[in-house]
Amino acid sequence: MNLLELNDISKIYGNVKALNRIDLTVEQGEWLAIMGPSGSGKTTMMNIIGCMDKPTSGTVLLDGINISTENSKSLTAIRRDKIGLIFQQFHLINYLTAVENVMVAQYYHSMPSEKEALEALERVGLLGRAKHLPSQLSGGEQQRVCIARALINYPRLILADEPTGNLDELNENIVLDIFKQLHRDGSTIIVVTHDPEVAEDAQRTVVLEHGLITKIKENERRGLS
Amino acid sequence: MKKRTMYFRMVTSSLVRRRSRMVIALLAIVIGATILSGLVTIYYDIPRQMGQEFRAYGANLIIIPSGSERLNDGQIDAAAEFLPDGDTVGVTPYRYETIKINEQPFMIAGTDLAEARKTSPYWFVAGEWPRAGGEALIGQEVAERIRLAEGSGFTVTGTDSKGESISRDFTVSGIVQTGGTEEAFVFTSREDLDELMGDSGRIDVVECSVSASGTELEEIAARIEANVADASSRLVKRVTQSEGAVLTKLQSLIWLVTIIVLLLTMICVATTMMAVVTERRKEIGLKKALGAADRSIVNEFLGEGLLLGVLGGVLGVALGFAFAQTISMHVFVRSISFQPALIPVTLAVSVLITGLACLIPVRRATEVDPAIVLRGE
Repeated sequence: MNLLELNDISKIYGNVKALNRIDLTVEQGEWLAIMGPSGSGKTTMMNIIGCMDKPTSGTVLLDGINISTENSKSLTAIRRDKIGLIFQQFHLINYLTAVENVMVAQYYHSMPSEKEALEALERVGLLGRAKHLPSQLSGGEQQRVCIARALINYPRLILADEPTGNLDELNENIVLDIFKQLHRDGSTIIVVTHDPEVAEDAQRTVVLEHGLITKIKENERRGLS
Repeated sequence: MKKRTMYFRMVTSSLVRRRSRMVIALLAIVIGATILSGLVTIYYDIPRQMGQEFRAYGANLIIIPSGSERLNDGQIDAAAEFLPDGDTVGVTPYRYETIKINEQPFMIAGTDLAEARKTSPYWFVAGEWPRAGGEALIGQEVAERIRLAEGSGFTVTGTDSKGESISRDFTVSGIVQTGGTEEAFVFTSREDLDELMGDSGRIDVVECSVSASGTELEEIAARIEANVADASSRLVKRVTQSEGAVLTKLQSLIWLVTIIVLLLTMICVATTMMAVVTERRKEIGLKKALGAADRSIVNEFLGEGLLLGVLGGVLGVALGFAFAQTISMHVFVRSISFQPALIPVTLAVSVLITGLACLIPVRRATEVDPAIVLRGE
């Protein structure tokens, strides 16, 4: 069953075609990597899939909803209910502790629960750092808090933008292990990355160049190692 | 955990853990609230403070007979009942008669000299005020016309109330200089004049010096007029109108300064909050990316602003009173009375000003694009 369908979508900024008639489907439970050089349209695609932008033409179906025609208020609600975002720069709120950062996502979604937030931190191995501020955490730890925050509302789709881009090898492996576990648990994951090693862990890699999909590759490791 | 608890945790954490930036906004609010609270305290206390100062200019209320009969002590006592106890500086009765000194006609006034000293503190007396019977103050003009000096003796002649000739010796205890009509008068005690002229207890005018506003004085005058038979009460317009004019100008000035300070406070808070919004664009974008509705963003920023307003207001009330007290002690050399009603007023104005100052920054916050978090800006 398809969780996400991009049908003939284009995004045009002035004279620039950031995305040019893209077709892509992502199945429920699939782990997909999107690769491509700078300016290839990766971020534009992330914005559209993440309900933060709309295509100039074409349709995007997320969990059966045509998000290309929704207004900004509805897109906010869809993003809140169905998508978990993970960022390269972590984007934790610097005046809130790790557990409070996780609870912020609950606060906007439904009802904050410290117990559930602590359980989410435990899943990423950070229970002992729950009361620390972001400035007291390493980069790898901040990214794990970001992952816990993305998971807390049980999203239908996890959207990760260069999740290991700012991490050393050790922390990169920790984060990828968490992704593998999430995949095993049935989560649908889309990762945008420059790193072929990270892309190799996904089931499929889509390569974007100049707004076009130039290659779709089935990976050997298939996200289950 | 309730949403409200999380909301307060987010708002307070933002203020407490990012205090370096917020301290500037708080300082602006505290200064604004201090000026507001302090100046309004002075505004309400100025009539009382200045009223005392204005009493140096003499009587501001007079009581005169409404008919052909002179006033008597019973009427004066009845009128005094309507004067405010703590704020009545002096009540001075005067009896005027025509007499002759060295065959020249003069007016002599018999009065309560101790009270006259209170109601006419601007009189300059060269010499002493009369202390015993047979002593008199003479005006500068009288002294020049009959060449009298302090300690000189003079004889008053004339006819008493029954038409019989009188004659009495007085000693000049002092010479009065006022620059006004008083310089053409001889002043002695009522007892001496009553004894000289007979028909004691007759009063032509009573001068009252009362520390009260123009409106209060008008009410007092109306009550005396209505309740004391054959007596008429009037304000000394020259004094009360200039008092009123000075007070109105002072109070207008205070309002003007207060409004300007509050506007400056609002601009300072708005500028700081605008800087805060710019500084926190990524955080706002993140919150929107996590699914925060515009209303949530507005509530959080307004919450921070209003909490600052309350904090600034509380500090402003305390500092404002200290500020007003310091000014009062330096300018009027008197302590000032605390106005409890100013607590809610200062808090409400602080919150209102902060709320208004936050409107534009908060609107700017809702315009932040959530995609900012994916662009790595």
